[in-house]
Amino acid sequence: MELTGADIVVRCLKDEGVEYVFGYPGGAVLHIYDALYRQEDVKHILVRHEQGATHAADGYARSTGRPGVVLVTSGPGATNAVTGIATAYMDSIPMVVLTGQVPTALIGNDAFQEVDNVGITRPCVKHNFLVKDVKDLAETIKKAFYIAASGRPGPVLVDIPKDVTANKAEYHYPESVSIRSYNPVGKGHPGQIKKAVDLILSAKRPMIYTGGGVVLGNAAELLTEMTRLLGYPITNTLMGLGGYPATDKQFLGMLGMHGTYEANMAMHHCDVLIAIGARFDDRVTGNIEKFCPTAEIVHVDIDPASISKNVKVDVPIVGAVDSVLADMIRLLRAVERKPDKDALAAWWQQIAEWRSIDCLKFDGTSDVIKPQFVVQKLYEVTGGDAYVTSDVGQHQMWAAQYYKFDKPRRWINSGGLGTMGFGLPAAMGVQIAHPGATVACVTGEGSIQMCIQELSTCLQYKLPVKIVNLNNRYLGMVRQWQEFFYQGRYAMSYMDSLPDFVKLAEAYGHVGMLIDKPGDVEGALKEAMALKDRLVFLDFITDQNENVYPMIPAGAGLNEMILV
Amino acid sequence: MRHIISILLENEAGALSRVAGLFSARGYNIQSLTVAPTEDPSLSRMTLVTAGSDDIIEQITKQLNKLVDVVKLVDLTEGPHIEREMMLVKVNAAGEARNELKRLTDIFRGRIIDVTATTYVIELTGTGDKLDAFIEAVGTGVIMEAVRSGVSGIARGEKSLHL
Repeated sequence: MELTGADIVVRCLKDEGVEYVFGYPGGAVLHIYDALYRQEDVKHILVRHEQGATHAADGYARSTGRPGVVLVTSGPGATNAVTGIATAYMDSIPMVVLTGQVPTALIGNDAFQEVDNVGITRPCVKHNFLVKDVKDLAETIKKAFYIAASGRPGPVLVDIPKDVTANKAEYHYPESVSIRSYNPVGKGHPGQIKKAVDLILSAKRPMIYTGGGVVLGNAAELLTEMTRLLGYPITNTLMGLGGYPATDKQFLGMLGMHGTYEANMAMHHCDVLIAIGARFDDRVTGNIEKFCPTAEIVHVDIDPASISKNVKVDVPIVGAVDSVLADMIRLLRAVERKPDKDALAAWWQQIAEWRSIDCLKFDGTSDVIKPQFVVQKLYEVTGGDAYVTSDVGQHQMWAAQYYKFDKPRRWINSGGLGTMGFGLPAAMGVQIAHPGATVACVTGEGSIQMCIQELSTCLQYKLPVKIVNLNNRYLGMVRQWQEFFYQGRYAMSYMDSLPDFVKLAEAYGHVGMLIDKPGDVEGALKEAMALKDRLVFLDFITDQNENVYPMIPAGAGLNEMILV
Repeated sequence: MRHIISILLENEAGALSRVAGLFSARGYNIQSLTVAPTEDPSLSRMTLVTAGSDDIIEQITKQLNKLVDVVKLVDLTEGPHIEREMMLVKVNAAGEARNELKRLTDIFRGRIIDVTATTYVIELTGTGDKLDAFIEAVGTGVIMEAVRSGVSGIARGEKSLHL
């Protein structure tokens, strides 16, 4: 049967199993919106700004593992979406973005709401397409989903001119596609895996360092199995939190710029480093010249370009993390050699000494609310089982440090791009994917204002997100750097003329709470969580001068932390 | 070190800009770049000359391979290969210089492919060094304009870059 391009788009989404599309209508996509209107299988979530659509789709994808889908119009619709696309790209999140485009005859003509979507997004997508013929539409959308979700995932954009959505073609959605120039890797090389296992078992001071690849690759259980089998210490990157249970005794906490003392010291002094699905980001390595000076390094990654990009490794393994871990575990169980017990005991003793410094301790007696205390209470009140999204800055680091994630896909944050404004729309995507779950957005008074308009979306779809606003009246991370490195010249880091967030929440139809005493924190959180069907905006007035510790200043090594 | 990377890529709109964009976004240098369709019209062949340390070249080839439009590539400088570049030079060929330019062209095994009373257009093929040497020999004073194709290359012997 012949369908219009618009109907083909919607049928493709349905046949791909897409439940939700996050979007915003406009001229170039009106045919597609009309097609959405005439069916009920694919549900559309109307955001209030296209950036919100991409972050919401991103949150949906991070919490489910399925690609998030975005639909926006040409020109400003697409340019507004770029920040969210780049955010997903930096964190390798599967996403399919459908953008409207001016009719093919007008392309290049500086037409109304025309912008070169393929050109603008090229550096921040895994791939993109411009569909010029309705006959290619279904196959292109199939390819987009395939590319977005396979290999190292990422956003894929499909730009669809308006006339293509009006023209008709025979509809056929391919079961699968193969692309001759795109062949994502699966299994790791057996010879390399053998070498890696030999090296891992020879370690006296081993360290396992894992990143977002473990979460994205659904390999958390295998990682836990291998880590327990070995008895080695493990750390997670900011993106990798939840890849290994944070409450387990082998877990040393997050590493990197605001990582724990024990994780960073163990990294610095280890003799064998086992890096899995992590990419040696500058926020993790600190000064690359001083990074893991005594370690031989095994690196497992699905992306060959991540290997030896920043740090030279000794045993590279290119492959899907789950498959490589399964092979490693099989081999570890089969070989006679076992980890060196005595060396390991001495190593754990050293780690215990580092741990005893208790680098995350904070003043619990203060009569102003400590932001760390809020996150700690949030952890307790939610039983450690919430989905937690965050924005970017101090609150993000405190959430990462004090909320102990035992499961993958629970910690949703913009690690790579560091996008303020991510938290609230991402929480919407998570809440839509998990209607009954507790979803908390840990944010600050700076970040929350960057996508505050989405409070309106939350009302429309009855999304009972709990917003935990750590309000210190400063752009806290900027202020912290200015205190440390600019002799306290606080240029533009003070948030003057803040709105009354309680009234603001109420104006949007939600519940607002102001909490300014430490004694009220737990009660307020409990009260908010009890309001199961309401969005609650908890405005915590926190200590203005609190800093995130430990901290590794830029250019320093992992053993050169500022502790307090 | 200088490397010649030969790339088979999908002959599709935008494929060239993906490669060029990758180089500018990641700060790699491009000394020359040529691209044209192959005997298989669905494929283009690109020859790209770049320079960098071994680490950088490794990253360049890995990042190129990640581009969905790149089907296959080879670093020709890893083995014996032939490289050629073509140049067209328009020279001022009036008066005494006219005969000398003809002689130089013969010595470099070039050809004069357009003649007027006062100008020649000379076609010359060879390695980049040879073209440089010719320019130096004729002297920049008589050159009105010069256009170079950029390097094309192919491996020697049995090795070939194909699907």
